[in-house]
Amino acid sequence: MNGIWQVLSGFLAGLGRAQFFLLTMLAAVPAALLRPRLVVQQIYSVGVLSLIIIVLSGSFVGMVLALQGFRTLVRFGAEESLGVFVALVIVRELGPVVTALLFAGRAGSALAAEIGLMRATDQLSAMEMMAVDPMRRVIAPRFLAGLIAMPLLSGIFCVMAIGVAGGHAIGVELLGVDAGSYWSQIRSSVEIKDLVQSYFKALVFGAAISWIAVYQGYHAAPTSEGVSRATTSTVVVSSLSILALDFILTAFMFG
Amino acid sequence: MQSKALEILVGLFVCLGVAAIFVLTFRVASLDGVGGGSTYTVTAKFGNIGGLKPGSAVTMAGVKIGRVRAIEIDPETFEARVTLDIFERFDRIPEDSSAKILTAGLLGEQYIGLEPGGMDEFLRDGSELTLTQGALVLENLIGQFLAGQGESENDKLAEAIAKLADALTASKGPSTGEAP
Repeated sequence: MNGIWQVLSGFLAGLGRAQFFLLTMLAAVPAALLRPRLVVQQIYSVGVLSLIIIVLSGSFVGMVLALQGFRTLVRFGAEESLGVFVALVIVRELGPVVTALLFAGRAGSALAAEIGLMRATDQLSAMEMMAVDPMRRVIAPRFLAGLIAMPLLSGIFCVMAIGVAGGHAIGVELLGVDAGSYWSQIRSSVEIKDLVQSYFKALVFGAAISWIAVYQGYHAAPTSEGVSRATTSTVVVSSLSILALDFILTAFMFG
Repeated sequence: MQSKALEILVGLFVCLGVAAIFVLTFRVASLDGVGGGSTYTVTAKFGNIGGLKPGSAVTMAGVKIGRVRAIEIDPETFEARVTLDIFERFDRIPEDSSAKILTAGLLGEQYIGLEPGGMDEFLRDGSELTLTQGALVLENLIGQFLAGQGESENDKLAEAIAKLADALTASKGPSTGEAP
Protein backbone atom coordinates (compact mmCIF):
# COMPACT_ATOMS: atom_id res chain seq x y z
CA MET A 1 0.00 0.00 0.00
CA ASN A 2 2.77 2.33 0.98
CA GLY A 3 4.66 1.44 -2.19
CA ILE A 4 1.67 2.21 -4.38
CA TRP A 5 1.20 5.57 -2.70
CA GLN A 6 4.85 6.38 -3.26
CA VAL A 7 4.67 5.54 -6.96
CA LEU A 8 1.42 7.47 -7.35
CA SER A 9 2.63 10.54 -5.49
CA GLY A 10 5.87 10.45 -7.47
CA PHE A 11 3.89 10.36 -10.72
CA LEU A 12 1.59 13.19 -9.66
CA ALA A 13 4.51 15.32 -8.48
CA GLY A 14 6.25 14.80 -11.84
CA LEU A 15 3.09 15.78 -13.68
CA GLY A 16 2.64 18.90 -11.59
CA ARG A 17 6.30 19.88 -12.00
CA ALA A 18 5.92 19.49 -15.75
CA GLN A 19 3.01 21.98 -15.73
CA PHE A 20 5.03 24.58 -13.83
CA PHE A 21 7.91 23.90 -16.19
CA LEU A 22 5.60 24.52 -19.16
CA LEU A 23 4.46 27.85 -17.71
CA THR A 24 7.99 29.14 -17.07
CA MET A 25 9.06 27.93 -20.50
CA LEU A 26 6.16 29.72 -22.23
CA ALA A 27 7.04 32.87 -20.29
CA ALA A 28 10.57 32.62 -21.70
CA VAL A 29 9.39 32.14 -25.32
CA PRO A 30 9.01 35.87 -26.20
CA ALA A 31 12.58 36.50 -25.04
CA ALA A 32 13.79 33.64 -27.24
CA LEU A 33 11.97 35.13 -30.22
CA LEU A 34 14.16 38.22 -29.87
CA ARG A 35 17.20 36.05 -30.59
CA PRO A 36 16.17 34.16 -33.71
CA ARG A 37 19.73 32.95 -34.30
CA LEU A 38 19.42 30.53 -31.38
CA VAL A 39 16.16 29.19 -32.76
CA VAL A 40 17.62 28.79 -36.25
CA GLN A 41 20.50 26.78 -34.82
CA GLN A 42 18.02 24.46 -33.10
CA ILE A 43 15.87 24.12 -36.21
CA TYR A 44 19.03 22.87 -37.89
CA SER A 45 19.63 20.19 -35.30
CA VAL A 46 16.02 18.98 -34.88
CA GLY A 47 14.69 19.71 -38.38
CA VAL A 48 17.39 19.60 -41.02
CA LEU A 49 19.13 16.62 -39.48
CA SER A 50 15.81 14.71 -39.29
CA LEU A 51 15.11 15.31 -42.95
CA ILE A 52 16.72 12.17 -44.33
CA ILE A 53 14.96 9.76 -41.99
CA ILE A 54 11.61 11.48 -42.68
CA VAL A 55 12.04 11.42 -46.46
CA LEU A 56 13.11 7.77 -46.51
CA SER A 57 10.45 6.50 -44.16
CA GLY A 58 7.78 8.56 -45.92
CA SER A 59 8.67 6.92 -49.20
CA PHE A 60 8.65 3.42 -47.77
CA VAL A 61 5.39 3.88 -45.88
CA GLY A 62 3.77 5.14 -49.09
CA MET A 63 5.14 2.21 -51.09
CA VAL A 64 3.90 -0.38 -48.60
CA LEU A 65 0.45 1.22 -48.41
CA ALA A 66 0.20 1.24 -52.20
CA LEU A 67 1.20 -2.43 -52.45
CA GLN A 68 -1.16 -3.60 -49.73
CA GLY A 69 -4.03 -1.37 -50.85
CA PHE A 70 -3.71 -2.53 -54.43
CA ARG A 71 -4.00 -6.20 -53.51
CA THR A 72 -7.35 -5.60 -51.82
CA LEU A 73 -8.74 -2.98 -54.20
CA VAL A 74 -8.02 -5.03 -57.32
CA ARG A 75 -10.38 -7.74 -56.10
CA PHE A 76 -13.26 -5.27 -56.41
CA GLY A 77 -11.97 -3.82 -59.65
CA ALA A 78 -11.46 -0.54 -57.79
CA GLU A 79 -7.69 -0.16 -58.21
CA GLU A 80 -8.27 3.35 -59.59
CA SER A 81 -9.12 4.37 -56.02
CA LEU A 82 -5.63 3.47 -54.83
CA GLY A 83 -4.66 7.14 -54.68
CA VAL A 84 -7.59 7.98 -52.42
CA PHE A 85 -6.72 5.14 -50.08
CA VAL A 86 -3.07 6.14 -49.80
CA ALA A 87 -3.77 9.88 -49.58
CA LEU A 88 -6.46 9.69 -46.91
CA VAL A 89 -4.54 7.27 -44.69
CA ILE A 90 -1.38 9.34 -44.98
CA VAL A 91 -2.91 12.78 -44.58
CA ARG A 92 -5.31 11.95 -41.79
CA GLU A 93 -3.23 9.60 -39.65
CA LEU A 94 0.09 8.18 -40.70
CA GLY A 95 1.67 11.44 -41.85
CA PRO A 96 1.55 13.29 -38.55
CA VAL A 97 1.76 10.21 -36.31
CA VAL A 98 4.71 8.42 -37.94
CA THR A 99 6.57 11.71 -38.34
CA ALA A 100 6.00 12.45 -34.66
CA LEU A 101 7.20 9.00 -33.56
CA LEU A 102 10.34 9.34 -35.66
CA PHE A 103 10.82 12.89 -34.45
CA ALA A 104 10.57 11.73 -30.84
CA GLY A 105 13.17 9.04 -31.46
CA ARG A 106 15.51 11.14 -33.57
CA ALA A 107 15.24 14.68 -32.14
CA GLY A 108 13.47 14.30 -28.79
CA SER A 109 16.03 11.86 -27.41
CA ALA A 110 18.91 14.05 -28.57
CA LEU A 111 17.35 17.11 -26.91
CA ALA A 112 16.88 15.30 -23.61
CA ALA A 113 20.42 13.90 -23.64
CA GLU A 114 21.93 17.28 -24.48
CA ILE A 115 20.10 19.17 -21.76
CA GLY A 116 20.58 16.33 -19.28
CA LEU A 117 24.31 16.41 -19.90
CA MET A 118 24.31 20.20 -19.48
CA ARG A 119 22.67 19.61 -16.13
CA ALA A 120 25.10 16.82 -15.18
CA THR A 121 28.16 18.91 -16.06
CA ASP A 122 26.77 21.95 -14.23
CA GLN A 123 26.57 24.05 -17.38
CA LEU A 124 23.05 25.14 -16.47
CA SER A 125 24.15 26.22 -12.98
CA ALA A 126 27.10 28.06 -14.50
CA MET A 127 24.70 30.00 -16.73
CA GLU A 128 22.60 30.93 -13.74
CA MET A 129 25.77 32.13 -11.99
CA MET A 130 26.45 34.41 -14.94
CA ALA A 131 22.89 35.74 -14.70
CA VAL A 132 21.95 34.04 -17.97
CA ASP A 133 18.53 32.48 -17.69
CA PRO A 134 18.87 28.91 -19.05
CA MET A 135 15.13 28.92 -19.75
CA ARG A 136 15.62 31.72 -22.27
CA ARG A 137 19.01 30.73 -23.56
CA VAL A 138 18.64 26.92 -23.77
CA ILE A 139 15.10 25.66 -23.24
CA ALA A 140 12.78 28.07 -25.06
CA PRO A 141 14.71 28.08 -28.39
CA ARG A 142 14.65 24.27 -28.45
CA PHE A 143 10.93 24.19 -27.74
CA LEU A 144 10.22 26.74 -30.47
CA ALA A 145 12.37 24.84 -32.95
CA GLY A 146 10.41 21.64 -32.33
CA LEU A 147 7.16 23.54 -32.78
CA ILE A 148 8.28 24.95 -36.13
CA ALA A 149 9.98 21.84 -37.48
CA MET A 150 7.26 19.26 -36.85
CA PRO A 151 4.52 20.56 -39.23
CA LEU A 152 7.13 21.10 -41.95
CA LEU A 153 8.52 17.59 -41.52
CA SER A 154 5.01 16.14 -41.51
CA GLY A 155 4.20 17.97 -44.74
CA ILE A 156 7.35 16.61 -46.36
CA PHE A 157 6.49 13.11 -45.14
CA CYS A 158 2.99 13.33 -46.70
CA VAL A 159 4.33 14.54 -50.04
CA MET A 160 6.95 11.80 -50.15
CA ALA A 161 4.42 9.10 -49.22
CA ILE A 162 1.62 10.12 -51.60
CA GLY A 163 3.64 11.46 -54.51
CA VAL A 164 7.23 11.36 -55.63
CA ALA A 165 8.67 8.06 -54.45
CA GLY A 166 5.84 6.50 -52.43
CA GLY A 167 2.34 5.68 -53.58
CA HIS A 168 2.84 7.27 -56.98
CA ALA A 169 5.99 5.30 -57.74
CA ILE A 170 4.46 1.96 -56.80
CA GLY A 171 0.86 2.57 -57.91
CA VAL A 172 1.46 4.35 -61.21
CA GLU A 173 4.90 3.21 -62.33
CA LEU A 174 4.90 -0.36 -61.07
CA LEU A 175 1.28 -1.52 -60.77
CA GLY A 176 -0.02 0.44 -63.73
CA VAL A 177 -2.76 2.55 -62.14
CA ASP A 178 -3.55 5.43 -64.47
CA ALA A 179 -1.71 8.56 -63.29
CA GLY A 180 -4.64 10.82 -64.24
CA SER A 181 -7.19 8.93 -62.21
CA TYR A 182 -4.72 8.45 -59.34
CA TRP A 183 -4.44 12.21 -58.91
CA SER A 184 -7.96 13.25 -59.86
CA GLN A 185 -9.51 10.78 -57.41
CA ILE A 186 -7.19 12.08 -54.69
CA ARG A 187 -8.26 15.62 -55.44
CA SER A 188 -11.95 14.85 -55.39
CA SER A 189 -11.86 13.15 -52.00
CA VAL A 190 -9.17 14.89 -49.93
CA GLU A 191 -10.51 18.15 -48.57
CA ILE A 192 -8.86 21.25 -47.18
CA LYS A 193 -10.36 20.31 -43.83
CA ASP A 194 -8.30 17.08 -43.79
CA LEU A 195 -5.08 18.98 -44.44
CA VAL A 196 -5.74 21.64 -41.82
CA GLN A 197 -6.42 18.92 -39.27
CA SER A 198 -3.27 17.13 -40.32
CA TYR A 199 -1.13 20.25 -39.77
CA PHE A 200 -2.86 20.91 -36.49
CA LYS A 201 -2.07 17.39 -35.30
CA ALA A 202 1.57 17.81 -36.31
CA LEU A 203 1.76 21.10 -34.41
CA VAL A 204 0.28 19.57 -31.26
CA PHE A 205 2.63 16.58 -31.49
CA GLY A 206 5.60 18.90 -32.00
CA ALA A 207 4.70 20.88 -28.89
CA ALA A 208 4.18 17.72 -26.83
CA ILE A 209 7.46 16.08 -27.90
CA SER A 210 9.57 19.21 -27.35
CA TRP A 211 7.95 19.87 -24.01
CA ILE A 212 8.53 16.30 -22.79
CA ALA A 213 12.10 16.20 -24.09
CA VAL A 214 13.29 19.47 -22.56
CA TYR A 215 11.47 18.71 -19.32
CA GLN A 216 13.05 15.27 -19.02
CA GLY A 217 16.48 16.70 -19.76
CA TYR A 218 16.11 19.66 -17.41
CA HIS A 219 14.98 17.50 -14.51
CA ALA A 220 17.36 14.61 -15.15
CA ALA A 221 19.40 13.33 -12.24
CA PRO A 222 22.92 14.77 -12.73
CA THR A 223 24.56 11.42 -13.31
CA SER A 224 25.29 9.35 -16.40
CA GLU A 225 22.50 7.00 -15.37
CA GLY A 226 20.15 9.96 -14.95
CA VAL A 227 20.88 11.15 -18.50
CA SER A 228 20.26 7.71 -19.96
CA ARG A 229 17.04 7.41 -18.01
CA ALA A 230 15.88 10.85 -19.20
CA THR A 231 16.56 9.85 -22.81
CA THR A 232 14.66 6.60 -22.49
CA SER A 233 11.67 8.10 -20.76
CA THR A 234 11.52 10.91 -23.34
CA VAL A 235 11.02 8.40 -26.11
CA VAL A 236 8.61 6.24 -24.12
CA VAL A 237 6.50 9.07 -22.72
CA SER A 238 6.33 11.04 -25.94
CA SER A 239 5.45 7.99 -28.06
CA LEU A 240 2.61 7.14 -25.70
CA SER A 241 1.44 10.76 -25.58
CA ILE A 242 1.48 10.98 -29.37
CA LEU A 243 -0.74 7.94 -29.73
CA ALA A 244 -3.10 9.03 -26.97
CA LEU A 245 -3.26 12.62 -28.27
CA ASP A 246 -3.89 11.31 -31.76
CA PHE A 247 -6.91 9.38 -30.55
CA ILE A 248 -8.26 12.39 -28.67
CA LEU A 249 -7.69 14.81 -31.55
CA THR A 250 -9.21 12.41 -34.09
CA ALA A 251 -12.26 11.86 -31.92
CA PHE A 252 -12.69 15.62 -31.56
CA MET A 253 -12.15 16.58 -35.17
CA PHE A 254 -13.84 13.73 -37.00
CA GLY A 255 -16.41 12.80 -34.36
CA MET B 1 31.19 31.34 -42.09
CA GLN B 2 30.08 28.22 -40.24
CA SER B 3 26.88 29.88 -39.03
CA LYS B 4 26.19 31.25 -42.52
CA ALA B 5 26.16 27.73 -43.98
CA LEU B 6 23.92 26.59 -41.16
CA GLU B 7 21.47 29.39 -41.82
CA ILE B 8 21.35 28.51 -45.50
CA LEU B 9 20.57 24.89 -44.66
CA VAL B 10 17.79 25.92 -42.30
CA GLY B 11 16.41 28.29 -44.93
CA LEU B 12 16.44 25.45 -47.44
CA PHE B 13 14.64 23.20 -44.98
CA VAL B 14 11.92 25.75 -44.34
CA CYS B 15 11.48 26.30 -48.10
CA LEU B 16 11.16 22.56 -48.61
CA GLY B 17 8.58 22.26 -45.85
CA VAL B 18 6.52 25.18 -47.12
CA ALA B 19 6.73 23.79 -50.67
CA ALA B 20 5.45 20.44 -49.38
CA ILE B 21 2.52 22.14 -47.71
CA PHE B 22 1.77 24.05 -50.92
CA VAL B 23 1.86 20.86 -52.97
CA LEU B 24 -0.49 19.17 -50.53
CA THR B 25 -2.88 22.10 -50.60
CA PHE B 26 -3.01 22.66 -54.33
CA ARG B 27 -2.23 19.26 -55.80
CA VAL B 28 -3.81 16.87 -53.32
CA ALA B 29 -6.81 18.69 -51.88
CA SER B 30 -9.74 20.01 -53.82
CA LEU B 31 -10.19 23.72 -53.54
CA ASP B 32 -13.76 23.63 -54.84
CA GLY B 33 -15.13 24.08 -51.35
CA VAL B 34 -13.16 27.28 -50.88
CA GLY B 35 -13.34 28.84 -54.33
CA GLY B 36 -16.33 29.08 -56.63
CA GLY B 37 -17.48 32.41 -55.28
CA SER B 38 -20.75 33.16 -53.55
CA THR B 39 -23.69 30.81 -53.64
CA TYR B 40 -27.45 30.83 -53.26
CA THR B 41 -29.52 28.19 -51.54
CA VAL B 42 -32.21 25.98 -53.00
CA THR B 43 -34.04 23.12 -51.33
CA ALA B 44 -35.38 19.87 -52.72
CA LYS B 45 -37.29 16.98 -51.13
CA PHE B 46 -36.48 13.39 -51.92
CA GLY B 47 -38.18 10.13 -50.99
CA ASN B 48 -34.82 8.49 -50.47
CA ILE B 49 -31.38 10.02 -50.67
CA GLY B 50 -29.38 6.78 -50.73
CA GLY B 51 -25.73 7.57 -50.01
CA LEU B 52 -25.87 11.34 -50.58
CA LYS B 53 -23.75 13.31 -48.11
CA PRO B 54 -23.22 16.99 -47.29
CA GLY B 55 -20.47 18.12 -49.68
CA SER B 56 -21.65 15.93 -52.56
CA ALA B 57 -21.65 17.59 -55.95
CA VAL B 58 -24.63 19.20 -57.71
CA THR B 59 -24.25 18.99 -61.48
CA MET B 60 -26.05 20.04 -64.61
CA ALA B 61 -25.22 18.21 -67.82
CA GLY B 62 -22.28 16.73 -65.91
CA VAL B 63 -20.81 20.13 -65.01
CA LYS B 64 -20.47 20.91 -61.33
CA ILE B 65 -22.62 23.88 -60.37
CA GLY B 66 -22.80 23.52 -56.59
CA ARG B 67 -22.65 21.40 -53.49
CA VAL B 68 -25.04 19.75 -51.06
CA ARG B 69 -24.96 21.80 -47.89
CA ALA B 70 -27.25 19.97 -45.49
CA ILE B 71 -29.62 17.02 -45.34
CA GLU B 72 -32.37 16.76 -42.80
CA ILE B 73 -35.66 14.97 -42.44
CA ASP B 74 -38.94 16.83 -42.88
CA PRO B 75 -40.84 16.25 -39.61
CA GLU B 76 -44.26 16.19 -41.34
CA THR B 77 -43.82 14.29 -44.57
CA PHE B 78 -40.82 12.19 -43.46
CA GLU B 79 -39.06 13.02 -46.67
CA ALA B 80 -35.42 14.04 -46.81
CA ARG B 81 -35.01 17.79 -47.28
CA VAL B 82 -31.74 18.55 -49.02
CA THR B 83 -30.30 22.07 -49.05
CA LEU B 84 -28.17 22.86 -52.09
CA ASP B 85 -25.62 25.64 -52.48
CA ILE B 86 -25.53 26.70 -56.12
CA PHE B 87 -22.82 29.05 -57.40
CA GLU B 88 -24.06 32.57 -58.07
CA ARG B 89 -22.82 32.58 -61.65
CA PHE B 90 -25.38 29.88 -62.56
CA ASP B 91 -28.33 32.18 -61.88
CA ARG B 92 -30.42 31.43 -64.94
CA ILE B 93 -31.65 27.93 -64.12
CA PRO B 94 -35.38 27.53 -64.90
CA GLU B 95 -37.55 27.16 -61.83
CA ASP B 96 -39.19 23.94 -63.02
CA SER B 97 -35.90 22.12 -63.36
CA SER B 98 -35.90 18.61 -61.98
CA ALA B 99 -33.40 17.07 -59.56
CA LYS B 100 -32.31 13.44 -59.62
CA ILE B 101 -29.98 11.58 -57.32
CA LEU B 102 -27.49 9.81 -59.57
CA THR B 103 -24.53 7.53 -59.03
CA ALA B 104 -21.07 8.05 -60.50
CA GLY B 105 -20.21 4.68 -62.01
CA LEU B 106 -21.76 1.44 -60.88
CA LEU B 107 -20.92 1.72 -57.19
CA GLY B 108 -19.48 5.24 -57.01
CA GLU B 109 -20.39 8.29 -55.03
CA GLN B 110 -23.85 9.75 -55.31
CA TYR B 111 -24.54 13.24 -56.54
CA ILE B 112 -27.46 15.39 -57.62
CA GLY B 113 -28.08 16.01 -61.30
CA LEU B 114 -30.31 18.91 -62.37
CA GLU B 115 -32.19 18.78 -65.63
CA PRO B 116 -33.32 22.15 -66.95
CA GLY B 117 -37.01 22.84 -67.36
CA GLY B 118 -38.60 25.35 -69.70
CA MET B 119 -39.98 28.12 -67.54
CA ASP B 120 -38.96 31.77 -67.82
CA GLU B 121 -38.78 32.13 -64.03
CA PHE B 122 -35.36 31.35 -62.60
CA LEU B 123 -34.28 29.70 -59.35
CA ARG B 124 -33.61 32.22 -56.62
CA ASP B 125 -32.33 32.05 -53.07
CA GLY B 126 -34.87 29.99 -51.12
CA SER B 127 -36.60 28.36 -54.11
CA GLU B 128 -37.69 24.76 -53.91
CA LEU B 129 -37.21 22.15 -56.60
CA THR B 130 -40.49 20.25 -56.75
CA LEU B 131 -39.74 17.70 -59.46
CA THR B 132 -37.41 15.23 -57.80
CA GLN B 133 -36.42 11.63 -58.13
CA GLY B 134 -34.75 9.87 -55.23
CA ALA B 135 -31.88 7.44 -55.28
CA LEU B 136 -32.25 4.00 -56.74
CA VAL B 137 -31.89 1.50 -53.94
CA LEU B 138 -30.43 -1.69 -55.32
CA GLU B 139 -32.34 -3.95 -52.91
CA ASN B 140 -35.72 -2.45 -53.87
CA LEU B 141 -34.83 -2.73 -57.52
CA ILE B 142 -34.00 -6.41 -57.21
CA GLY B 143 -37.14 -6.95 -55.16
CA GLN B 144 -39.33 -5.37 -57.85
CA PHE B 145 -37.55 -7.32 -60.49
CA LEU B 146 -38.14 -10.64 -58.77
CA ALA B 147 -41.77 -9.84 -57.92
CA GLY B 148 -42.55 -8.61 -61.42
CA GLN B 149 -41.03 -11.51 -63.29
CA GLY B 150 -43.66 -13.60 -65.06
CA GLU B 151 -43.20 -17.31 -65.70
CA SER B 152 -42.83 -16.91 -69.45
CA GLU B 153 -40.18 -14.26 -68.91
CA ASN B 154 -38.04 -16.58 -66.81
CA ASP B 155 -35.75 -17.77 -69.56
CA LYS B 156 -35.23 -14.29 -70.94
CA LEU B 157 -34.30 -13.04 -67.50
CA ALA B 158 -31.80 -15.81 -66.89
CA GLU B 159 -30.28 -15.11 -70.27
CA ALA B 160 -30.02 -11.38 -69.51
CA ILE B 161 -28.35 -12.01 -66.16
CA ALA B 162 -25.87 -14.43 -67.73
CA LYS B 163 -25.02 -11.84 -70.37
CA LEU B 164 -24.52 -9.18 -67.74
CA ALA B 165 -22.25 -11.48 -65.73
CA ASP B 166 -20.23 -12.28 -68.85
CA ALA B 167 -19.84 -8.61 -69.64
CA LEU B 168 -18.70 -7.83 -66.11
CA THR B 169 -16.11 -10.60 -65.98
CA ALA B 170 -14.86 -9.70 -69.44
CA SER B 171 -14.37 -6.05 -68.48
CA LYS B 172 -12.67 -7.01 -65.23
CA GLY B 173 -10.46 -9.69 -66.74
CA PRO B 174 -7.44 -7.75 -67.99
CA SER B 175 -7.11 -5.54 -64.92
CA THR B 176 -7.08 -8.46 -62.50
CA GLY B 177 -4.42 -10.03 -64.67
CA GLU B 178 -2.00 -7.28 -63.69
CA ALA B 179 -2.09 -8.20 -60.02
CA PRO B 180 1.34 -9.10 -58.69
